Amino acid sequence: MTNPIRTATQPLRPHAEQAYEAELEALRAADDRPRPPHWRLSPWAVVTYLMGGVLADGTAISPKYIGSRRLIEVAVATLATDRALLLLGVPGTAKSWVSEHLAAAISDDSTLMIQGTSGTAEEAIRYGWNYARLLAEGPSRQALVPSPVMVAMERGSIARIEELTRIPAEVQDALIMILSEKTLPIPELGLQTQALRGFNVIATANDRDKGINELSSALRRRFNTVVMPLPDSEDDEVNIVTTRVADLSSSLELPEVPTAVDEIRRVVTVFRELRSGVTADGRTKLKSPTGSLSTAEAISVITSGIALSAHFGDGHLRPADVAAGMVGAVVKDPIADRVAWSEYLEVVAREREGWSEFYSACREVS
Amino acid sequence: MTSTLSPPLVDDHVVDPVAENAAGERPPVEVFGIRHHGPGSARSLLAALKEYQPDVVLIEGPADADALLGWVLAEGMTPPLALLGYAPDHPQTAAFWPYAVFSPEWQAMTFALERGVEVAFCDLPASAMLARWGRSSPQDNHDDLEEPADAADEAPPALPNEQQDPLAVLAEAAGYDDPERWWDDLVESRQDSSSPFPMITDAMAELRMIMNQGRDAGREARREAYMRQKIREALKRGRQRVAVVCGAWHAPVLRWPLPPAAADVRTLRGAPRRKITLTWVPWTHQRLASATGYGAGVASPGWYHHLWITPDQPIVRWLAKVAQALRVRDLPVSSAHVIEAVRLAETLASLRGRPLAGLAEVTEATRSVLCDGDELAVRYVTDHLVVGQALGSVNDGVPTVPLEADLVRTCRSLRIRRDPQVRFHDLDLRRPIDQARSQLFHRLRLLDLRWIMPADSAVQSQGTFRETWQSRWEPEYSVAIVEASVWGTTVASAATARVHKIIEQGSLVELTQAVERCLLADLPRALDGLLATLADKAALDADVVHLMDALPALARAQRYGDVRQTDTRALRKVSEVLVVRIRAGLRQAVASLDATNAATMRRRIDDVNTAIGLLTESASDPEQSASMTQPELRARWLGTLATMIDRTDVHGLLVGRIVRLLLDAEQLSDVPVRLHRALSAGVPAADKAAWVDGFFADGALLLIHDAELRSLLDDWIRQLEDSEFVDMLPLLRRTFGTFATAERQAIAERIAVGAEDLDRQRPEEIDLELPAAALATVDLILGGPHD
Repeated sequence: MTNPIRTATQPLRPHAEQAYEAELEALRAADDRPRPPHWRLSPWAVVTYLMGGVLADGTAISPKYIGSRRLIEVAVATLATDRALLLLGVPGTAKSWVSEHLAAAISDDSTLMIQGTSGTAEEAIRYGWNYARLLAEGPSRQALVPSPVMVAMERGSIARIEELTRIPAEVQDALIMILSEKTLPIPELGLQTQALRGFNVIATANDRDKGINELSSALRRRFNTVVMPLPDSEDDEVNIVTTRVADLSSSLELPEVPTAVDEIRRVVTVFRELRSGVTADGRTKLKSPTGSLSTAEAISVITSGIALSAHFGDGHLRPADVAAGMVGAVVKDPIADRVAWSEYLEVVAREREGWSEFYSACREVS
Repeated sequence: MTSTLSPPLVDDHVVDPVAENAAGERPPVEVFGIRHHGPGSARSLLAALKEYQPDVVLIEGPADADALLGWVLAEGMTPPLALLGYAPDHPQTAAFWPYAVFSPEWQAMTFALERGVEVAFCDLPASAMLARWGRSSPQDNHDDLEEPADAADEAPPALPNEQQDPLAVLAEAAGYDDPERWWDDLVESRQDSSSPFPMITDAMAELRMIMNQGRDAGREARREAYMRQKIREALKRGRQRVAVVCGAWHAPVLRWPLPPAAADVRTLRGAPRRKITLTWVPWTHQRLASATGYGAGVASPGWYHHLWITPDQPIVRWLAKVAQALRVRDLPVSSAHVIEAVRLAETLASLRGRPLAGLAEVTEATRSVLCDGDELAVRYVTDHLVVGQALGSVNDGVPTVPLEADLVRTCRSLRIRRDPQVRFHDLDLRRPIDQARSQLFHRLRLLDLRWIMPADSAVQSQGTFRETWQSRWEPEYSVAIVEASVWGTTVASAATARVHKIIEQGSLVELTQAVERCLLADLPRALDGLLATLADKAALDADVVHLMDALPALARAQRYGDVRQTDTRALRKVSEVLVVRIRAGLRQAVASLDATNAATMRRRIDDVNTAIGLLTESASDPEQSASMTQPELRARWLGTLATMIDRTDVHGLLVGRIVRLLLDAEQLSDVPVRLHRALSAGVPAADKAAWVDGFFADGALLLIHDAELRSLLDDWIRQLEDSEFVDMLPLLRRTFGTFATAERQAIAERIAVGAEDLDRQRPEEIDLELPAAALATVDLILGGPHD
C-alpha cells in the first residue's frame, strides 16, 4: 500500500477517488455492462469496487467494505432506482466510509458533501448568496452560491449528507422537494434547477445517539433504508481492522511496524466481548460499557498503538502500546464504565492464557 | 393396507420384452427427480406429466400408504397434510411424510387421481422403515417424535449426510454461493415449462459418482432397491408408461434401463418389519419450515405457496400482501411504498443477474422500503407470510384412532376449532355449552394433551363460574392423541383410565388433586374408586401434614361440585374424616418447630381453616345426613386450636396466628390480655415479633378499627428500650411492610389522633329513620316477611 511517490505535500487524507484512482480506472476499462445515465461505472462494477475482486485483466480490486455483499447490492440498486439511500447504524459501522466510496465509484466525486450538524442551515442544503456581489450587482446567477446538493443536481452526480439526523427538522424538510420533484426552485431569480439523471442523495444517520432529530415520515418515505450492522464474525472484524490499519499507517507515514495479528485479534476480542456482554465462549456474563465500541474505535486503538511503538517503543506492537488507547476507548463514563472495565480485566483478562502481559499493562494505565 | 415388503420377484428377462413393445421412442419408465416442497418443481412436473401421459404414477412415499391415496380428492382434504405412520402397540414410534399443495408429490397424486390414472407409492413401506428405527431406540421419550420424521423424509434431495450437501456442490459449480438460490433460479422460479428433469437427473448422476453415500448407505440402498422393484412390478403388470416421481437424488438410479433385479432382491431379503398404521393428519406451514426443526423442510412455505397459487405478477402481488400485513400492524405503508419496493426488488434481481426477483430480493426490498430497516417488522412479515400460518384439514372419514374420531366429534358439537394460532376461551360455566367445553378441556388435561391449557385472565376473578383457557394446535398433537388412545376409545373413557392409573400409584396429595380434576372433568365413574382409595390412604397416612395439604383441594372440589351440580356427599364424608384425623394429629405436628417450619405450618393451618369454612358454607343441603353438622365440625376444629394457645412448645408465630383465628371466629374474649402478655417484658424480643407477625400478618383492618388493640400495640412499642427497638425493627417491618400503604397511613393517622379524639370519632347513635326507605326496598327484593 505504501506509495513511494508520496511526498510531504500530499494531503493527510486523500479522497476515495484519489486514493483508489488506479482501481477505478481498471474497473472502468473492464466494465462492459450497461451504465445508468451519468454513472461512471455499471451497478455491477460499483458492487465489485466496494466488495473487492479480481478483474478479467488480473487487476486486483481491494475490498472496501468487509461484510454482507447483499447489503451493498441493496444500496447500489437503490441508487440505480433514483430513490435516495439512507445508511443507518450506530457510530463506527462504516456508514460514511461506504457512502464516500459509493459516491466515488458512481460519480467519481465524493466531495459533494454536507456535514450535518445542529447548526446546519437551509442555505447549506439549497443555496446561499455571495453578499458582496448581491449588494453590488443585485440578485444574479453569479451572486448565487450553490450548495453541494445543487451542484450534484446540475452535474447529475451523487450528493452526500452526513449525519442527517443531526440537522434540525425544519432544515431537513428542505430535502423533501429536492428528493420528490428533483427540482430546486430559485424564486429570487425566477429560475429553477432541474436535476440531471444520475443525481441522487446518500445520507447517513445514527438513530440511537443523543440529540438527534427524528426524520419526518414524509422525508423517510423518500429514502430506502439500509441498516449497517456491526461485523458478524470475529474473523471479519480482525480482517477489517488489519486492512484499515495498514491503509492508515501508510497514509500517515508511520514507520513500518510489523502488523501484529495477535494484538489486533486481542483488541477485537475485547471489543466484541464487552459489546455483547458475554465472553466468546459464552460462559461468563459481563457488564457492557456505555460506549458503542465500534470497529472504527478498534482501528484507532491499534493505529495509536502503532504510533506509540514506532516512536517510543521497540518498533513491535506490544500489549503496553495498545493498553492506553484501549482504556480510553472503553471507559467513556468515568464511573460505570470503569467498573465494567476493571471487572473485565479481573474476571476475564487475568485468567486468560497468554494475556498476562496485556493484563498488567492495562492495570498500570487504568 | 396393501403392505408388501418384497414385491413379487421380477426377473429382468421378463421385463425386456415389455420394453421392446413400448410405444414410440419414449422409454417405458420416465423418472422425474423433484425437490420436495418445491413449487417450481411441481409446476415443471405437472407440465411433464401432461406431456408424457403416463399410465401409472409411482411416487416416493411409504408403499403401505396406497390405500390412503383414495382420500386425496375427498371433500375436506386441504393441504398441508402429512401421512402419519405409527406402531399401534407403541405410538411413539411414528413418522410423518408432509405434503403442501405446492409439493410435487401432492400435485402428482391429484394429477393421476383426477385423470383416473393408476397411482401408487413406491418407497420402502413404513412398516419396514419404522421397524428398524423402533428397534434401535425402544424408549418412549418425546424427542423420538422428531427423529423418524427426519429419517423418513430426507432433506431435498435426500441427502446422504450433512457434511456433503449435493446441492451445495452443484451450486458451487454453477458459481452460486447459496445452494437454495441456485435451485430457486434453476427450478423454483422458472416461468417457462421446458422440462428440467433430464438435466437434473444427469447432474445428480455426476454427483453420485463423486459423493459417497455416508452413514445411511444401507438404508438408502434398500429404499432404492425397493423403488426399482416397484417399477419392475408395474412393468410386469403391463404398464407401458411409468412415471416415477422421487427426490432428485434418487433419480439417476431409477432410470431406464433398470439393472438386473437379482441384486435388489438380495438387498431386500430378510428386512425386519412391524405392524404400522397409517393415516392422514393435518399439517401446518410452520412445521414445514425448517426453522422449526423439520429436516426436509423449506425455509419459506408461505412464499412457495404464494408462487404456486399466483398466476401472474408474483412480486407485485407478494409486496401488496406484505403491505396489507404491515398495515394491519398499524405501520403506515402506502401504495407508493409498494411501487418503490417492486422497483428495488427488480433492480436488485437484474444487478444480481437473476431472471426474476426471488425471496431474497423481495425481503431486502421489504426491509429497505416498507420497514425502514426495522428488523422487528421484517421478522413479523417472515413469520406471518414467508412461513405462513396455514393449517390443513382432513376428511372426516379418514381412518384414524377411535379416540381422535371421538375428539373430532366432540369438538365439532362444541364448536372448537383446531387453530394453529393462540386462542383464548372465556367460559361461563352457567351456560351448558361452556360447561361441556370446560369438561372436555379438563379431560384433555388429564390426558396430558397440551393443546388447551388453563390461562390467566381478567374475567376469571369475576366468580367461580368463570374459566379461561388458551389453545394452540400443533400438528404433533396428532401423535399425542394416538399415544393417548392406549387409554381408551373416547375422551371420557381414556381420561377415566388415566385416573385409575393415578389411583394405583398416586400419593395422597395427587389423589386429592385428581379428585378436584375428576369433578371438573365430570368423570363420576373415576371418582367413586378415587374417593374409596382416598379414604383408605388418609387412614393409613400417619403424617398430618399430608392430610392438611390434601384437605383444601377436597374442599374446593366440593365447592365446585355444587356449581356444577355434581353429587358431593361422598366427598364431604371423606373431608370430614380428614378433618377428624387432622385434629387428632395437629397436637404433635405443631410442637417444637423452627421459624421456617412454623411459617409453613401457619400457611397450612390457614388453608385448613379456609377449607373448613368452604365446607361450612356448602352445608345448606337439606339431604345432608352426615354424622356431624357443619357448625359442630367447625366448632371442634376451633376447639382443637384453642388447646394450642397456652402451650409453651408452640412457636410464637403459630400461637399469634391461632389467637387471631380464634378472635376472628369470636371464640376468645381475652385477646387484649393475651396480646399484652405475649408482648410483655419477660418474653424474648424475637418471640414477640414472631407473635405479632402471626397475629397481624394478613390484615390491617383489625388494627384500624379496634382502638383497644391498637393502643395496646402502641403502648408496647413505646415501652421498648432503644436497643430493644432496634432489635425489633426488622421483624416489625417484615409484618407491617406487608400492609398496603393506605392501610399503614390509616393506622398511623389513628395513632396520631390519640385516644381522646377517638371518642369523638365514635359513631353517633344510629338514626333508623334515615335509611328506612332503602331498607324496606331491600327487604322487598329479598322477599322477607312483611310487617
